[in-house]
Amino acid sequence: MLEKPQGMIRLEGVAKTFVMHLRGGARLPIVANVNFTVAAGTCVVLGGPSGIGKSSVLKMIYGNYRTDAGRILVSHRGEWRDVAAAPPRLVLEMRRETIGYVSQFLRTIPRVGALDIVTAAAHDGNVSEAEARGIASELLTRLNVPERLWSLPPATVSGGEQQRINIATGFAARRPVLLLDEPTASLDDANRAVVVELIAERKRRGVAILGIFHDAAVREQVADHIVDVTQFQPETAQHA
Amino acid sequence: MNGTGSIDERPLLVAESVSKYYGARVGCRDVSLDIHEGEVVAVVGESGSGKSTLLSVLSTQLPPTAGCVTYRMRDGVARDLFTLGEAERRFLLRTDWGFVHQDARLGLRMGVSAGGNVGERLMAVGWRNYAAIRSEAEQWLGRVEIDNDRIDDKPTAFSGGMRQRLQIAKNMVTRPRLVFMDEPTGGLDVSVQARLLDLIRSFVSTYGLAAIIVTHDLAVARLLSHRTIVMRHGSVIETGLTDQVLDDPREPYTQLLVSSILQG
Repeated sequence: MLEKPQGMIRLEGVAKTFVMHLRGGARLPIVANVNFTVAAGTCVVLGGPSGIGKSSVLKMIYGNYRTDAGRILVSHRGEWRDVAAAPPRLVLEMRRETIGYVSQFLRTIPRVGALDIVTAAAHDGNVSEAEARGIASELLTRLNVPERLWSLPPATVSGGEQQRINIATGFAARRPVLLLDEPTASLDDANRAVVVELIAERKRRGVAILGIFHDAAVREQVADHIVDVTQFQPETAQHA
Repeated sequence: MNGTGSIDERPLLVAESVSKYYGARVGCRDVSLDIHEGEVVAVVGESGSGKSTLLSVLSTQLPPTAGCVTYRMRDGVARDLFTLGEAERRFLLRTDWGFVHQDARLGLRMGVSAGGNVGERLMAVGWRNYAAIRSEAEQWLGRVEIDNDRIDDKPTAFSGGMRQRLQIAKNMVTRPRLVFMDEPTGGLDVSVQARLLDLIRSFVSTYGLAAIIVTHDLAVARLLSHRTIVMRHGSVIETGLTDQVLDDPREPYTQLLVSSILQG
């Protein structure tokens, strides 16, 4: 695959197999020989049926799944760094500065209010506390989280509101690489449209986005390229 | 959790091939690890895995049978912990380090008031002005959410959660760079645990503390730590980013531990 000069993410020969020791060491090959590139300012969508390994690819790029083979190059501080081989502290640094991740599940922190969580995400090196609070308020407003809920810990609000707080948290941090794992799942039309807008804004700012979207209409609106993960099925895998 | 500073900076504490035997019995075996400023490392495993022995060696409470532990002092010089002079060791124990024990009676003087427990640590580093000591103690009690009208009460009159918060205030008053925690939430009710965990989490990020937290509770590791070390039978069997170890455990024993978590 051609390397684009403005590439932000590049996977080369990436493979992942789970070994389930509690099931007698059963090997569960997920993907093999994954190759693709995501350029700055574009959105690449991972396609294919569920269970094909799309989330696993995102998790390997974020570093919470380990990679068994290949390289996962991410442009960090102007240089390619290989997440698959990076020591933990480098992965953490890359997450603080370069790689953002929004999943459909919120891991709540006891007792911390929604606005404080989103503000903390927006508040990094170049953003003051006051600016961060402004970014957080704007995102929560756009995602239709009622202001009376902002001081409450997300665990105490409804699932739909939790999800929108989670999305606000993910978009609050300004990272040049953004991984989106089904952020629009179970959102209503109005909020889905807000997420589509947020993605378009990030693309205009040059953010490289790699996402999984179950919703065909959303996929249509945000994707510059679709990478079908079915092509990375390991030969030994059982086809469903 | 904001985490650590530049990844190039030298570690605060380095353990190299540390082993501790009790006669023929293994406490911990050939453990190497490092911890940087602002970094929280969880050591997880079941009872008897060696995690508490490791904590005792790293904090100089037990000499290792083999291996070496160095610590970067405030002057920037890394020193072998087991060749320190008594004055330097006292400085670490009383000032630059903190300890939060599961059993508050090990970390507090139960017959001394809450304010006295906090003030004592200040007096040990040379504070003499009573009003200043009392006011500093009040501030720290406030930060750990202990009402000021409890300052003259003894810890014996406190609940389990309050005792743990008092231990934290007592440690924090000298602004330590490294805190050792041994099952800090063990034996507390779930709601009390959540409050304590939140307090620890906010102190770690506000004050840039490094911490080594020994826990059998993977949820505590998940919430507080950047990296996790899994121990079994005295040895380290798996290490990595906390979410990596918990989301993609590689070793059979780690997979068993992770699969045993109750989903909340």
